[in-house]
Amino acid sequence: MTSATRTSPVWSVVGGNPVRLVLSPWPWRSLAYLLTGAVIGLVSLVGFFVTIGVGVVTTPLIIGLFILGALPKLGAMIAVVERRRLPLMLGEAAAPGPSETPWWRTPRDAASWRALGYAVLLALILWAVDALVVVVVVTTVVVSLLSPLLAHYDTVGMLWWQLDSTREALPFAIIATPVGLVLGSYVLTVLAAAQSSLARILLSPREEELEARVTELRRSRIDLVDAFETERKRIERDLHDGVQQRMVALTMLLGRAELDVPEGEGLALVRQAHSEAEAALADLREVVRGVHPRVLTDLGLGAAIREVADRMPIPVRVDVSLDERPPAQVEAAAYFVVSEGLANVAKHAEARSAAIQARRAGDSLVLVVSDDGHGGAVVGEGTGLSGLVTRLDALGGTLTVTSPAGGPTELRMESPWHVDR
Amino acid sequence: MARRPLRIVLAEDSALLREGLIGILERAGHEVVASATDPDELVAAVRADRPDVVITDVRMPPGHSDEGLRAAAAIREEQPALPILVLSQYVADAYLPVLMDSTGTAGIGYLLKDRVGRVADFLVSLDQVVEGQTVVDPEVVRQLLARRSDDGPLAALTAREREVLALMAEGRTNGSIAAALFVSDAAVRKHVGSIFAKLDLGDDHDRRVSAVLTYLRGQ
Repeated sequence: MTSATRTSPVWSVVGGNPVRLVLSPWPWRSLAYLLTGAVIGLVSLVGFFVTIGVGVVTTPLIIGLFILGALPKLGAMIAVVERRRLPLMLGEAAAPGPSETPWWRTPRDAASWRALGYAVLLALILWAVDALVVVVVVTTVVVSLLSPLLAHYDTVGMLWWQLDSTREALPFAIIATPVGLVLGSYVLTVLAAAQSSLARILLSPREEELEARVTELRRSRIDLVDAFETERKRIERDLHDGVQQRMVALTMLLGRAELDVPEGEGLALVRQAHSEAEAALADLREVVRGVHPRVLTDLGLGAAIREVADRMPIPVRVDVSLDERPPAQVEAAAYFVVSEGLANVAKHAEARSAAIQARRAGDSLVLVVSDDGHGGAVVGEGTGLSGLVTRLDALGGTLTVTSPAGGPTELRMESPWHVDR
Repeated sequence: MARRPLRIVLAEDSALLREGLIGILERAGHEVVASATDPDELVAAVRADRPDVVITDVRMPPGHSDEGLRAAAAIREEQPALPILVLSQYVADAYLPVLMDSTGTAGIGYLLKDRVGRVADFLVSLDQVVEGQTVVDPEVVRQLLARRSDDGPLAALTAREREVLALMAEGRTNGSIAAALFVSDAAVRKHVGSIFAKLDLGDDHDRRVSAVLTYLRGQ
């Protein structure tokens, strides 16, 4: 989204019917905007002068340098107030959001320097223009309206008219007041609209900054995927080095006990305990496989996919032809797409066979899981696939399902081969 | 029967499991002449102590990946006549090529660590490896069979023949297969002959485990 596409509704009112403009809230809003602008600008001017003055005077005491160094922060503070004021003219939607950099931090990006520039402009010029225009417009309209009354006591001079009595002033008031109202409304509204547009341009992040933020977001999402992977590997290792090892040691101990315990009920119990321990170990191996498969780390995607395929109750044709191994995040995403995809085939598809194909196409990894089941599959909430979509999204990849009723179903993953940061 | 006591070099980085293994091996009358905790120590111990057999864990420092397996393959290159039994908390047929495609002539074994607890079976497997045979974990055989389930010649086997094939692939003797399936030795011999014919495995029954595994791996 660029600033140009987000114009304020005030401009369309300015270009429309003058009566509608005068009757709309815009002149009043503009008046409020300009009045507050004049006050804030004046206060800013005083703030700049005091800061610079005190800073220059105390420079020999070193502290002055710090005070002068705080000028950008003063600019940022004024920008914070100005951003609050902008919705008055722009509406909530079009107004820029708060700055990324809090005002107490020394600004480093271009946006913060533009904000300082705007603050200086406001303090030196804009507030004076605002004050002058408001005073002239308000005075003209009020005096026109009250001219019959004022002319009763004194001569009223309006532009090139001299009004000496109420009788003279009455027709003037009847004609000049509406004209003054309309003209005044235009002047106030156009000035306020122009100033608020200027403020928005100077106080909004620019396109390149938005792009930088998008890049930053992308990087942090990849970091998140990395952290997720690292965490799974850590859990797998903890299980391997911890509980799994103790369970193996336990089966060894029970095996030795079987040799020493005399035949009888005691031995039967030891044997039963041994079988239970073995069953627990087998279960644990399944859990560990689900957390992070060892084969994937050691031997890569082809071997890991074949292992998942072997566990399927139906025949699965595996065709993985990759000359080199993709980065670990891509490999892991592909593996979990296959294991999740095949789990869905086994659960829902009533398929007789399935096939997995993985190959490199240019700078992408393309992986397709297909089955000859009854189709009708969707990537919905609550399926393991929706989590994988998010994960692939972070890598810049996609996951699509084509599954017409009656089948066949095809789950297709495409991911960039390289993970750019 | 293998020579006793066997002189064994053991590589296992977990003290808990090392003690458990040493306990079982020494109770069986074997001698653990050296125990290593990483691949370098293992290779050094094999060179220094000239053991009868090596028992090694797959996952070892520094990478906690498949260092033990790689070390076993390296040792086999260096000493083709040294039998090696590889143990793991997790087995997969994908690791077989690392072990079986090396040039060694001596016995080789690849078992889940859980099997050690079945002490009698484990000691038989160890003896078989020392005698030059190949012993493969039933879990690996199951994976291999699942891989080849849609294959033509395999589909021609009877259910009983498939059971015999699986036990053969594990490295079991005819006697052991007969005991496991509650049939006579003669019946097992008949099944084995039939399997060899149907799968066209030739007639070198001395190296039948390798022949069966090679067939199952699709090579």
